[in-house]
Amino acid sequence: MSAKTKQEHNANAVIAIEHLSKAFGSLKVLNDLSLNLFPEENLVVLGKSGSGKSVLIKLIVGLLKADKGSIKVFDQDVTTLKRDELDVLRQKIGFLFQSAALYDSMSVRQNMAFPLERIRKDLDEKQRTEKIMEVLESVGLADAVDKMPSELSGGMRKRIGLARTIVVDPIIMLYDEPTTGLDPSTSDEISQLILDVQKKYKTASIIITHDIACARIVANRLLMIQDGTVYKEGILKDFETSDDKIIQSFFKSI
Amino acid sequence: MQERVNKKLSSIGDKILHWRDSVNDGLLNTGQVVLFLGNIFRESFTRHFEFREFLYQCYKIGYKSLPLISLTGAIMGLVLTIQSRPVMIEFGAVSMLPGMVSVSLIREMGPVITALICAGKVGSGIGAELGSMRVTEQIDAMEVSSVNPIRFLVVTRVWAATLMIPLLVLYADAMGILGSWAGTNIKGDVSFTLFCAQAFGILEFIDFVPALIKTFFFGAVIGLVGCYKGYHAGRGTESVGLAANSAVVVASLLVIVVDMIAVQITDMFTT
Ligand SMILES: Nc1ncnc2c1ncn2[C@@H]1O[C@H](COP(=O)(O)OP(=O)(O)O)[C@@H](O)[C@H]1O
Ligand SMILES: [Mg+2]
Repeated sequence: MSAKTKQEHNANAVIAIEHLSKAFGSLKVLNDLSLNLFPEENLVVLGKSGSGKSVLIKLIVGLLKADKGSIKVFDQDVTTLKRDELDVLRQKIGFLFQSAALYDSMSVRQNMAFPLERIRKDLDEKQRTEKIMEVLESVGLADAVDKMPSELSGGMRKRIGLARTIVVDPIIMLYDEPTTGLDPSTSDEISQLILDVQKKYKTASIIITHDIACARIVANRLLMIQDGTVYKEGILKDFETSDDKIIQSFFKSI
Repeated sequence: MQERVNKKLSSIGDKILHWRDSVNDGLLNTGQVVLFLGNIFRESFTRHFEFREFLYQCYKIGYKSLPLISLTGAIMGLVLTIQSRPVMIEFGAVSMLPGMVSVSLIREMGPVITALICAGKVGSGIGAELGSMRVTEQIDAMEVSSVNPIRFLVVTRVWAATLMIPLLVLYADAMGILGSWAGTNIKGDVSFTLFCAQAFGILEFIDFVPALIKTFFFGAVIGLVGCYKGYHAGRGTESVGLAANSAVVVASLLVIVVDMIAVQITDMFTT
């Protein structure tokens, strides 16, 4: 997929971002950034912390408002959509937060049922339970269904967070640092899970990370953000063989 | 000389800039409040009302506050009675004591003290809960899963507080009257029936209704302020404490202000 030229793709990109800028007061976070995400690909976005990676995906789902530029998701411009149109679009997007953002006051089951009850009104109680168990099994945590979030470890929280987003069958997945703060073997498990999700649910994903081990496992294509814009774009080999200092410093640290 | 003038001028310039910033902040905040209220109003009257969450909040705000309100209500009645007793004896009007205490309980003490205690308990609870949900991105998570957090979190809590605080006030009034009866019996001997006859003999419609109406506003204020402070908490964990704290301060202050306005309005209609 990455071999084709940019022009050819624009037509079928599921996310097409053009000339995106975002500032908070005098702090310019993103500055004229453009990128595309294509069906069923895993795009890894690299960048040091504070470079605006989280801001980028929050702009994509409309949690933040862009200052300039356009963000087209399935050909709909997020920056101009009305609230209810945005809500419909968001049902096709799964978002895994850095902290997993599980609802503290609800059990794992209630966490999973929360989006399901409101988005998939066609399912009855029994079908919902089946669906919840099926997804929990696919992240390997079926026996945690009646636990509270406070009883879960960091890795488990990430998995439940992932389960909660895929339970509504998203077409696009956005992962915010899925392996940060986890031990290496748990990190690898989560990376594997991201691959599984891609295969099983045929999702297109943006995976934000500064964990090169994770990038090596999941990436079909990589993109590096520096100074608010795309610094380099390519496949893993392009990055590993690059003699650019900034890129090297990223890959050497492992 | 020139230098000093320049310095003076630039410090004045800084002050003006600073002043302009705070005016801007003020306007921004006012805009935010208006937007927030508008959203709550709109989301209150959709067919997607989150009824189960509303009931759960009623349970949390109402039922869970009962022990605290029982105690404060009873003590309020007791203390009021014990303190007023010597004065009433001096005027030879001890039989007026139950009536006087119930009037002041129902008109003022019950509503205001209960509301202030709820501003502490309920307001800070909501502020801290929503604040921590904001900081840990749970509110964002709700939003991206196409659930309107205003509808699910805010509307339910505001309505629950608006309806539960008046019930808690009525309950506190009742506990206060019981406390007062206990108070009269420390140094006297009045049967409960006689006490009630003396207490309710003086009470009029005008004692009840305005007091009841204002408690709905107290409830709304407590719910709204708690939700606003929590929902708009900053980033970083210290914002949770800040949200809870300022929820209590602002809600208590507004309760007093609403009370003052309510008294003025009642006064206009009764004289
Ligand atoms: N809601 C916000 N308000 C103000 N500043 C923000 C906000 N969100 C992010 N920032 C700032 O934008 C910059 C980029 O943040 P972020 O995208 O979270 O970085 P990262 O690449 O580590 O995910 C940081 O300096 C952060 O402080
Ligand atoms: Mg981040």
